Amino acid sequence: MLSLSVNGESHSVDVPADMPLLWVLRDVIGLTGTKFGCGIAQCGACTVHLDGQPVRSCVLPVGSIGSKAITTIEAIGDTPSGQKIQQAWLDVDVVQCGYCQSGQIMSATALLKRSPNPSDAEIDAAMSGNICRCGTYVRIRAAIKQAATGKLEILQTIVTSPEGAAP
Amino acid sequence: MKLKTGKPQTADQIDLNRRHAIQSGGLAIAFLWLGGSGIASAAINARRQPGDAAAALADGNPAFAPNAFIRIGTDGTVRLVMPMVEMGQAIYTGSSMLLAEELGIGMDQITVEHSPPSDDLYGMPLLGGQITGGSTSTRGTWQVLREAGAVARTLLVAAAAAQWHVDPATCTVDRGMVRHTPSGRSIGFGAVASAAAQLPMPDKVQLKDPKDFQVIGKPLRRVDSADKVKGATQFGLDVRVPGMKIAVVKACPTFGGKLASVDDKAARAIPGVVDVIRIGDAVAVVGEHFWAAKQGLEALGITWDRGENANLTTQQLRDALAESALNGKSIVAREVGSRPADGKTVESVYQLPMLAHATMEPLNATVFVTSDKCEIWLGTQVPARVLDVAAKITGLSKDKIIVHNQYLGGGFGRRLETDSVEQALALAKQVSYPLKVVWTREEDIRHDRVRPMYHDRISAVLDANGRPAWYGYRTSGGTVLGRWAPMAMGKDGLDSDAVECVAEVPYEIPNLKVEWIRHDMPPGLIVGWWRGVGSTHNLFVVESFMDELAHHAGKDPLEYRRALLQKNPRSLALLNLAAEKIGWGGQPLPARVGRGIALGEPFGSRVCAIVETEVTPQGEIRLRRAVVTLDCGIAVNPSSIEAQIQGGLLFGFSAALYSEITIKDGAIEQSNFHDYRNLRINETPLIEVHRIENSETPGGLGEVGTAIAAPALANAIFAATGVRLYKLPVDRNLLVQDAEALKRVVSATVASTGRNDA
Repeated sequence: MLSLSVNGESHSVDVPADMPLLWVLRDVIGLTGTKFGCGIAQCGACTVHLDGQPVRSCVLPVGSIGSKAITTIEAIGDTPSGQKIQQAWLDVDVVQCGYCQSGQIMSATALLKRSPNPSDAEIDAAMSGNICRCGTYVRIRAAIKQAATGKLEILQTIVTSPEGAAP
Repeated sequence: MKLKTGKPQTADQIDLNRRHAIQSGGLAIAFLWLGGSGIASAAINARRQPGDAAAALADGNPAFAPNAFIRIGTDGTVRLVMPMVEMGQAIYTGSSMLLAEELGIGMDQITVEHSPPSDDLYGMPLLGGQITGGSTSTRGTWQVLREAGAVARTLLVAAAAAQWHVDPATCTVDRGMVRHTPSGRSIGFGAVASAAAQLPMPDKVQLKDPKDFQVIGKPLRRVDSADKVKGATQFGLDVRVPGMKIAVVKACPTFGGKLASVDDKAARAIPGVVDVIRIGDAVAVVGEHFWAAKQGLEALGITWDRGENANLTTQQLRDALAESALNGKSIVAREVGSRPADGKTVESVYQLPMLAHATMEPLNATVFVTSDKCEIWLGTQVPARVLDVAAKITGLSKDKIIVHNQYLGGGFGRRLETDSVEQALALAKQVSYPLKVVWTREEDIRHDRVRPMYHDRISAVLDANGRPAWYGYRTSGGTVLGRWAPMAMGKDGLDSDAVECVAEVPYEIPNLKVEWIRHDMPPGLIVGWWRGVGSTHNLFVVESFMDELAHHAGKDPLEYRRALLQKNPRSLALLNLAAEKIGWGGQPLPARVGRGIALGEPFGSRVCAIVETEVTPQGEIRLRRAVVTLDCGIAVNPSSIEAQIQGGLLFGFSAALYSEITIKDGAIEQSNFHDYRNLRINETPLIEVHRIENSETPGGLGEVGTAIAAPALANAIFAATGVRLYKLPVDRNLLVQDAEALKRVVSATVASTGRNDA
């Protein structure tokens, strides 16, 4: 029996120590917001926080966690940074299929927590481990900046030209 | 310039029995050729249909269900049933907007739900079945869903007017209320729902004048965003059914190979392993959880019968395709005029690779089969086809089978196939418990139904001004349509998808000949739809070639295209706008930085992209900027249009820069995101999307960005380096400045795999 602290609650789980945290969360505890994308820490869909640090739960043996606090997408909105990021995600309307977005939001929240006003380079560095097949990266960038500054990013780059505007 | 605009929607009454003009293009064309007979007759309808009562009964039996899409309770709750599936393209939002606009309800007052499988009730008119694909959803439902909203509104108003003894024409509808302004009365939809349900269906309805639209045309937030940012959305892989076990599966790696034997002793000894199940070409280990099942799978001693493709390689496939391209029998798709005897001839050969879909959510299906019932939970683009295969595999009648569609973690055409659910059904019917069958990422890529490879010869005879007096296109490749919907194949066995965007080009070219050579892959190597399919492949070839022709003529690629677009004002306007927005011809660009143009008319829309890229001396690509101009007719939701163009473009860049499925020893070599790479945020350029607004019928959008990406990129690379790319993905070796460059620095553009990895 292992004891895990997940989103502030204690869970006793009877699983092998080498079982990745991802599958304990999804198949044993029943928290399915954390996603399976690759199983080899390539895509970031499984990102959760361990004492506030973003980790890839698909390769994290559950036996190595000890008493560290696990936070998943289901509870990240309870933190100030998580709340800001989720709100910006809604304001910018980042999501498409949405499958990778749990991981994106967990990575972005960790970034905002350690760097409240991240530069483009910091955003790239922190977010480049998270793949989005739908290609929502442009809006992810905008949403992180909006969450950081509180200023509305220019979301609609569409300029609706009146008829005849083009020469 | 004054743009030609279509006939605006008038406020005249719409006769619900007449047929509608729909923007065709892409896959839709093939099905339109069916002429409304046979399978294509299955289609959604604004009015109550024979199957509606049963569908509504199964869906909570609401007080008022005037058609397959609208459910209103006596408490005023409004639920909208979505005919098309949601895989990221925001169609749940778009479809809701069409319904809500005419129904007279706010987007904050509705909930949406997945539709049950039914070709009759939810069949896409452009595809002849309940199919989400081919960028058809808005094109095919733009009229009928507004009509469906109007049917419901007409009945609700009639019920309220009858209660008040007033003329329905004096009533208005707004935010779920019917109002009679002269008397100051109002009543909620819920209060008249039961009465409205008793009224006969109207023959005609009044649709709003577009100038009165309150919902359509607004950049609205998606209806599914709130749950998706909280991790609360249930995708197929998230389904949890009481008593469910998890199966991890491995199919024979070779195309058409079989399972010979399995030693499962070690696997069964692993704690948590429940069972080992075999089918003809695959074996699955069942566990209490994914991890036990996967450990079990790895502990199996499997012997495969690798079959007749056991030695197959990519090179053999390419050679056979090249041979067909040279000597195969072609089908003429379109011929206009004849090839001039004189004039300079330019000819090129382009080759495109097989591609995997790699949806973020790996394929999966949860299936529970008992002696008299079958339930299936999955995300699919073809719910009714899933019902069909389930009936076939279980032997149960369709009324004993329930398909619970889910949100899709990406589709891109992969979930137009039923292979994974067929496998899950075959496995699940061997056990007594609900079984969730999960494909690992490795399984997902190695058993993809790949985009076909292509070998295309394109040529032109130029006139004295360097303009094409004739152009010839011979494309060779496998057919997806021929397997997936053989009845939609055209005259002489033509696959219309194969010549999409080349049989008709935007440019003024007096003579042309477009041919397709069908080249089937070896049995077992099944090719599938992949975002953009024919358009994505053909636009790369024809737009790269247009650049070549401009180069041969010594003309600027912008000016060269402009001259050929003088009779096509809509596309010319896009080209001009894109050039203006990126500043074409303005400030000189730095060395090894170039801009490339691509223009096309895919999926009933028109699009132009100009990409600006740097190519490092080491041959790495740094995308700097992309400007896309778009004419998609009436915009339903400008926000999701922008998102689709941005995302579609990145999907296309990703493929052009990195993607190729290769085969060795009869099996796909790639397996995960390390060797089937995807573009990452640090490689993403600025993307501007500019839309020209008009009142034309909506065009398709889901695949438009993807289709225009690669040619604009390749032309930009040519502008930066002088190197023409005749093959995708981009071969960096061709782009190295000189031998010294590689010695100087190691490229800095290799994507990070993430600094915050555990």
